[in-house]
This record gives sequence, structure tokens and C-alpha cells, in this order.
Amino acid sequence: MSKFKVLRSHGKQFIPDLNAVTLPPIFRGRPSLDARTDEATRRALERLCPVGAITAEPFSLDTGRCLFCKECAMAHPDAVSFTNNYKMGSNDRRALVVTPGTDTTPFEADAVRERICSYFGHALRLRQVSAGGDGSTEMELNATGNVNFDFGRYGIEFTASPRHADGVVITGPITRNMAEALEICYRAIAEPKLIILAGSEAISGGLFAENRAIDRSFLATRTPDLLLPGNPVHPMTFIDGVMTLTGRKKRE
Amino acid sequence: MNWFITDNSAPSAELARIPELSYAEFYAQLCAELENPACHLGELFAMREQESRLRIFALLLDDTTSQVKICSYVYPYYCEDELPSIAARHPQAHPFEREISELYGIRFSDSPWDKPLRYPARRAVQGNTIDNYPFYKMEGESLHEVNVGPIHAGIIEPGAFRFICHGEKVLHLEIALGFQHRGVEEEFLRTDNRLRQTLLAESIAGDTAVAHATAFAAAIEKLSDCPPDPHSNLDRERAVALELERMAMHIADTGALCMDIGYQLGQVACEALRTMTINTTQIWCGNRFGKGLIRPFGSHYHIDQEMIRTIRSNVAEIKRRYNEVRENLKDTPSVLARFEQCGEVSLSQMTRIGGVGVAAKASGLCRDVRWSHPWGEYLRIGHRPIVKRQGDIMARLTTRCREVLQSAEYIDDLLSAMTHDERPTPAPRFDTRLAPLSLAFSLVEGWRGEICHCAVTDRQGALACYKVKDPSMHNWLALALAVRGAGISDFPINNKSFNLSYCGHDL
Repeated sequence: MSKFKVLRSHGKQFIPDLNAVTLPPIFRGRPSLDARTDEATRRALERLCPVGAITAEPFSLDTGRCLFCKECAMAHPDAVSFTNNYKMGSNDRRALVVTPGTDTTPFEADAVRERICSYFGHALRLRQVSAGGDGSTEMELNATGNVNFDFGRYGIEFTASPRHADGVVITGPITRNMAEALEICYRAIAEPKLIILAGSEAISGGLFAENRAIDRSFLATRTPDLLLPGNPVHPMTFIDGVMTLTGRKKRE
Repeated sequence: MNWFITDNSAPSAELARIPELSYAEFYAQLCAELENPACHLGELFAMREQESRLRIFALLLDDTTSQVKICSYVYPYYCEDELPSIAARHPQAHPFEREISELYGIRFSDSPWDKPLRYPARRAVQGNTIDNYPFYKMEGESLHEVNVGPIHAGIIEPGAFRFICHGEKVLHLEIALGFQHRGVEEEFLRTDNRLRQTLLAESIAGDTAVAHATAFAAAIEKLSDCPPDPHSNLDRERAVALELERMAMHIADTGALCMDIGYQLGQVACEALRTMTINTTQIWCGNRFGKGLIRPFGSHYHIDQEMIRTIRSNVAEIKRRYNEVRENLKDTPSVLARFEQCGEVSLSQMTRIGGVGVAAKASGLCRDVRWSHPWGEYLRIGHRPIVKRQGDIMARLTTRCREVLQSAEYIDDLLSAMTHDERPTPAPRFDTRLAPLSLAFSLVEGWRGEICHCAVTDRQGALACYKVKDPSMHNWLALALAVRGAGISDFPINNKSFNLSYCGHDL
């Protein structure tokens, strides 16, 4: 009997159309900058940002560095605001830098390697490596496969062995103590293979970028295929990014 | 006995008031106090006080009197004397002594296991690297080793596990950590930007962002000369956030345990309920993990009447449905067959290793700082910890289950007590001056257990040392003990039943 009670309360949980998802207005997604912001305010914002994501001249906010604390928008709501737009992923590092007057993060579909869409457009297996991640992005990546988001419906799943994987999803700033393990894991994956950086800490090193416990040499000779800002990355940011990368969705 | 005696709601202490003992005195009085099972070591850490000396502080937590007793000893920086080990008599000191040895090269002559703890970048012996961790070895033709990690099968943080097995039976498990080490404590000192420090606190362990940020905010508030406004709802809001985090993670762990035994109904039901819980946090503050919510002296996310209604109705729904899952788990024989009498840790083991939180309570050891060392709103709540005796996986699961329901009740009570005539929550402050040459600590019961942050300031009022202790520091050894003698195939459910933090330990 107790099983039926659980089932009845559980009902249907999956989100029927992932493309129709909107997050609550308070969600801290893609920021928006006002071009009319005066220089004094820009300078103040530059000083205020604890991770150096904001530049006064030219006025910009780098979502690859931003930890989405929103203190800038709290102090200067006219100059910076955070929208609920979760479509923040891109294959181009420069596209993560938000400038005034833009409301979408560009995705260079033409720049995606030719084989990516044809090889991975129907099924994709990813190996996740946490290299100093704080556990929150890891939990959000787990959540992409849960009963609500059910990313598996598109044939996209996380796998245990790098031998079964088509790419690696890295979280965290990449610690020195994990550098070798990450390298071994990546080498075990067959070509062609993807590199996805999940979270602002993976993209830029975040708060730990300058610390000697960090070793980002893995990225020195390699170009990531997808960069997903967030602290942590929301499951919808991940789903949207991977779908766009594999050509199953277009960024408007 | 020579202690500085304080408690978890008292302001910071001037360093000069904390007794500076010889090591012999320090050792004698700490060992004597630790004989009392109601006392445990909350923190034992070294800091470089001047160029030429280290000062080592101990925080002793007395559960019956709510006292926190502090004392210290000084060790000249270039001294090479070996010290008698406290861990040799009280194993709970072991991780702390390993840390002190690793960072500063102090040798403890009779240390039971003189091994590196986490291979931090600033370790004393740079030649020790994580790739040549000295794993324990056993010889014998019928024994074999199983090596797991640092990367595991799943989306989980890294750590290396080495099992020595006799057939299917685990004789010994050794856990090597440090892969997640990012230099958190160092980063606290490299900046005087309080906002940056707050973000650091939130990233100590992302699944415990609220609890660690609360501990940081409390430590800073204790060091500042202006106390937070006592007439606002700030303490209540922090308690609501902390209990929401506890609910979300306990529900997630219930689901994860179900997943590992292939009980899909429990798994998917808990996944949905966890989503609902963290989405409640998201509606409140815009982040599913509560990042951005806890700030020193105030909050940007004041709870208004509409938010009170939303949170209360969501929490009531989660509580009702989670209780159905709980009832179902309790009367499903295939679930009980896996969880009962598996992974037992006895009360005496838990006491000796200084276990905390859910794992300790499941073994009959009542460790919960909401009860023993209350702070803020918990001074008024009158928390009564849930304690089990069996110490097996089922006991850890039922402790979690009951805590979810208890937290739901606390949230409802706290929100219904919020009235209009309270002053609105003040804005955060990042500019307060800290008292010079002082020590402040804060104890917060996160969902895993006792979190302790210690902040020490220098002559100018800047942070000279920031010490973080995640409950995982105490409890990793409990996992190794739990699987001793168990089948190796039961390791995953044992691991999930503790769900300890890698990054919180590695810092």
C-alpha cells in the first residue's frame, strides 16, 4: 500500500518540453549592462567586483569569471541587472563577455568542428571530472539526468568509464593534485572528443585562479568546445549548451 | 587547569587572554578533559604568529555545559623537538595532528599514523606528492588490493580508496584525500575584500554553502565592534535557510541510497522532492544552493509575507510526501535487508574518533551543536537531537529521515513567528573593522554535522589566520571503520550513508 501512496503523490514529474522552461525572475542568469552608465559608476563597479569580472573601459562583464553574487546589481541597479536567461553557454570564450545593449550570448555554430554534430548529434556519453569543484556543479550535472530534467531522453548521459565516453566535462578550477588524473582520463577517451568546462571556476579558475594549488596546464594546449558559466551551472544552462553544441538547437 | 572559557554566542576573545601553556601542560590538560565522553576536540590548529614562532590553539567543546574551552602552546619555528602525540591517547586528535605535521613539520613522537592529510601547496615537505601516498600494506597470498579513484564512477568528487580484501571481505580500507585542495584558507588571507571572503566561504563545500557562509558571517560579526541588529528577522532567516539546506541534502541522500540498492521508486520520489526543496531556496534568493543568501550583518533577500506563504506551503507538501517515502522504505523488506546491520560503527568507536553530526547520532553519540552549543535563533528553538543506537546504514538513514521532518517543523514555526512589526532585514555590510589581536570562532550545525570556523586577527585587524573545519574532517575515519569486515560490494551504500565532503576536507 505504501508504494501506491508514494506513486500517487509523485505523479508525473518530468518536464515535457525542456525548450519551454523559464526560470523564476529572481534567478541570477545572464547579466545585462546599461550603456548609459557614467564613468564613475563603471569604475566603482570595477572596484566592487570581487573576482575582477567587470571592466570599466570598455564597459563589460565577463560571465566566465562572474560568480553571480549580484552585489554589483545590488549596489548599482541602474547599471547592471541579472536576467533569468539561462542560455549562457558558448563555444567561444570571447562570447562570454557581456557588453551593454546585448541580451543573448552568441554561439558560433559555424565554428563547431565538423564531426561533432554528425558523431554526437544523436547520442552522447560524457565523463565528468571534478578537479577542485565545490560539489554544487557536480550535483547540478547529476540533476540533468534526474526525473525532472531527464536529459537521457535525448540520448545524452554521463558514463562511468572514459573508454565509453565521447568527451569530458570538467568542474572546478583544476587543482594541482588532480592535474595528472584529469590528463590520464582525457587521454583514455577516443577521438574525436569534447571538452566541456562547467562553471565559472572551471572556465577562469574563479577565486582560486592565482593560487599555487591550481594547475591549469591541461588547458594550455587544448581548446574547450563548450564553456558554461554559472556558480553552479544550472541544469538548464548545461542542457541548452550541449543541445546547441551538437546542433540540435539554434541560439536565437 | 588553565583555560579561557567562552561559548558559541560570546564575542571574540583577545589573544592575550587565551592561556599560553607549555606543551607538557597543554598535553596534560587536554588529554585529561578528553577522558570525559561529553567533551571533544572542536579544533586544533597552528598559526604562524610571528616570524619566529608558531602558536597552536585547541578548542574543546563540552556538550553538557555548552562551554567552549580554549588554550594554546607556543612552538619556536625552527625548533626540532618531537612532541608526545595527543592522538596516541585520543584518536580524535589524529587528523588535526596530521595537518599540523604536514604544514609545519612538527613531529609527534608516538603518532599512531604519521601520514600526510591533504597535500596542501604550502606543505613542509614538498617532496611528498599525492601520487606517492604511503598506503598501508598487508602481505599474504590470499589477500588482494582493490584500488579505487581518485576519479570515481559517477559525478562525484575525487578521492582515492584502497581496500585490502580477503575474498569479498574488506579487511582494511584506507582513504587518501587532498585531490580537491584549492588553497581556500590561504585565499582568505590573500585578500581583505570581505565580499570575496564571503564567496570563498560559500565555496568551501557547495552543498553546504549556507552553513559555511553562516559560520563565516558569525565569525566576522563576533570580531566586529557593531553587533547585528537584534530586532530584525536575520537570525530567523538564517535558521530557515540552514534547515532548508538540511532538508534538501538529507532528501538527496535518501534518494542516493535508494539508487545504490536499485530501489527506483525511492530514488525518483526523492529526486523530485529535492528539486522542490532547492527550487524553494531558488525562489527565495535566486540560487538553488542558497549562494548569495547569507551575508555578514544582513541579507539582500528579506522574507516578506508572500514568501512566507510560498515557503510554508512548499515545505508542508515536501514534508507530507517525504513522510510517505519514509514509511515506504521502513516497510519494504528488500530495502531493510540491505541497510540493516550493515556498516555498523559502535558508540565507543564513534566517541574515540570524535565523530559528529548524523553519523555520530546514528551510533548513539549525541553531537549536535544546535543543542549543545546553540547560537542565534537556536538559543530560542530548544532543539532536541534525534539519536539512534544501531550505528548501521539504516540508523544513518532514519536519523536523516527524522531530521527532514524536524527541519520542516522548525521552518514552519520560524516562518509563522515572523511578524510585520519586526524591522526589515538590514543590508549586508562588508566594511566593518575587526578587533585587532583577537580570536573568534563560530560553530554551526550543517547537515553533515559540526562546522567550526576560527578567525584570528593581527595588530592591524586584518585576518592573520582563517581556519575552516568541515565535519568530514572528523567522520572520514568512521567510513573506513564501517566497511571493516563488510562485503566490498556494500561499500557504495556505506559511502552514501555518510556522504562526506571531499572539498570541505581538502580545502
